[in-house]
Amino acid sequence: MALTSVEREPGQLRSASTGVRFILLLVLAIALMVLDHQNQHLVEVRKDLAALLHPVQLLVSAPADISRSIGESLTSRSNLLDENRRLKREALILNARMLRMTALESENARLRALLDSTKKVGDNILIAEILSVDLNPFRNMILINRGGNDGAYIGQAIIDADGVIGQITRDRRVSSEAMLITDVDHAIPVELVRNRLRTIAVGTGELNRLSLPYLPVSADIVEGDLLITSGLGGKFPPGYPVGTVRSVRRVTGLPFLEIDAEPAAALNRIREVLLITPPERDETNDLSLATGPADEQGVIAETAAEDPGAAAPVVAAGTPPAGADTTNTVADMPVTGSNAATTATSAPPAAAGSRGAANGELPAGGTLETTDTRPAAGATGESMPAENTE
Amino acid sequence: MARPMRMWPAVLSFSLAIALEIVPIPDALEVIKPPFAAMVMIYWALMWPERIGLFTGFLLGICLDILHGQLLGQNALALVVVTYLTLRFHLQIRIFPLWQITGAVFALLAIDALLQVLIEGIAGLVSGGYLRWTQVIAGMIFWPFLMGSMDWLRQRAEYRTPNIN
Repeated sequence: MALTSVEREPGQLRSASTGVRFILLLVLAIALMVLDHQNQHLVEVRKDLAALLHPVQLLVSAPADISRSIGESLTSRSNLLDENRRLKREALILNARMLRMTALESENARLRALLDSTKKVGDNILIAEILSVDLNPFRNMILINRGGNDGAYIGQAIIDADGVIGQITRDRRVSSEAMLITDVDHAIPVELVRNRLRTIAVGTGELNRLSLPYLPVSADIVEGDLLITSGLGGKFPPGYPVGTVRSVRRVTGLPFLEIDAEPAAALNRIREVLLITPPERDETNDLSLATGPADEQGVIAETAAEDPGAAAPVVAAGTPPAGADTTNTVADMPVTGSNAATTATSAPPAAAGSRGAANGELPAGGTLETTDTRPAAGATGESMPAENTE
Repeated sequence: MARPMRMWPAVLSFSLAIALEIVPIPDALEVIKPPFAAMVMIYWALMWPERIGLFTGFLLGICLDILHGQLLGQNALALVVVTYLTLRFHLQIRIFPLWQITGAVFALLAIDALLQVLIEGIAGLVSGGYLRWTQVIAGMIFWPFLMGSMDWLRQRAEYRTPNIN
């Protein structure tokens, strides 16, 4: 298009045509933004464009990868031998632990069968690598080399050997964008290993700090407490380490504690990550919630909380195992007492555990624990908490 | 036939700018990372207004949106506005002394940042905070160097091609 104006006098460039083009492009850009913000309309276009630009990212990422592989190939023999020895020892120890795990797993399955609840242990795992590319510099986001084509999906949990890292927020077909748990827009439902106290860990924007803003001053939490995923919300499978409580401050006059936690995973040094697919995902297809865009989920969670009666059938309609599991997980919430209750009601910004929260679209009532139908099930099953939690 | 040949400095510098935009750097340096793509765009709109226009700005913006995982159209809108202003005033700006050009570039980069902050605010997204503004200042400081190297590049293309024409 620029070629057409070459013949003209340079000064005459911005005549009517430039102005018209300017307005048109402006309108186009605004239309794109509106559509993209609605989240559904442009998803496919975005994926294609992103896939198109993937080579650029690979190219930029290449020098770092190459230098690393050169470094690897230049390590001396003695180093390799050392490493080999160490890894063998580690593998031995881990294998020994795994032996016990298998026994425990089967025992767990048996006990759960006795309790008539199914909870699958063991998730499907996909290994991914982080591309050495800067995504949005203003956010805690990473780019990983697995996308929809490899089976990654939006909302999928990402961990590494040390703990939870984040979740996938945007699919790019051959790669995907992921939000770290420390992003300001991210919240993750957690519980303390020591006393199963549930709360939500919110990102701060700093790679080495999480914040736990929703615990009342009476909460039993001390420095060094280990946080694991609680599995509420359905995105992160339960039991993976999230972080360690680093400081607990009581501020006079404030009803909530100020708690800082350190992520378990070294978020600034990760290279390889694991994408987890919880086993339920394979069975319950009606949990399309878990795959939909965040905003959509927010809306569903909102309706669920507003009208438990109406939302309950959604869960009931799921395959029986999921239903049973759901009630079982959520049923003990009331028992945890005021803590859990405050957590659930006082956590509006933390609600979605994803971008949806930032839009402020969720009214406070709709936030009962992170975008899932599970709370709805809890609400309907409130009459039976006591026997399940014993 | 000759025209595509002459475009290579622009193609090269845009590619470099995009690469620099997404190359990973330590967080500490993020503060002083100039907005390369916008600066290169301003340069070409200033120097080759008859070749590099609004559409280039728009495309570059879309690329940046995708690469940065931002709202689609955010950078595009900002860059289209910046390019339009640059085209509109390129004759005036070009005859400024260097320090005044730098000032004008600062204003353009500030408009770019301001538009993006506004868009993010309207869309309810998390904004970059002060980072965006330190980058604008970094861009201003870096401008004379960028302009020097780009002039050198551009002259390579401009002096050689008349023979081909």
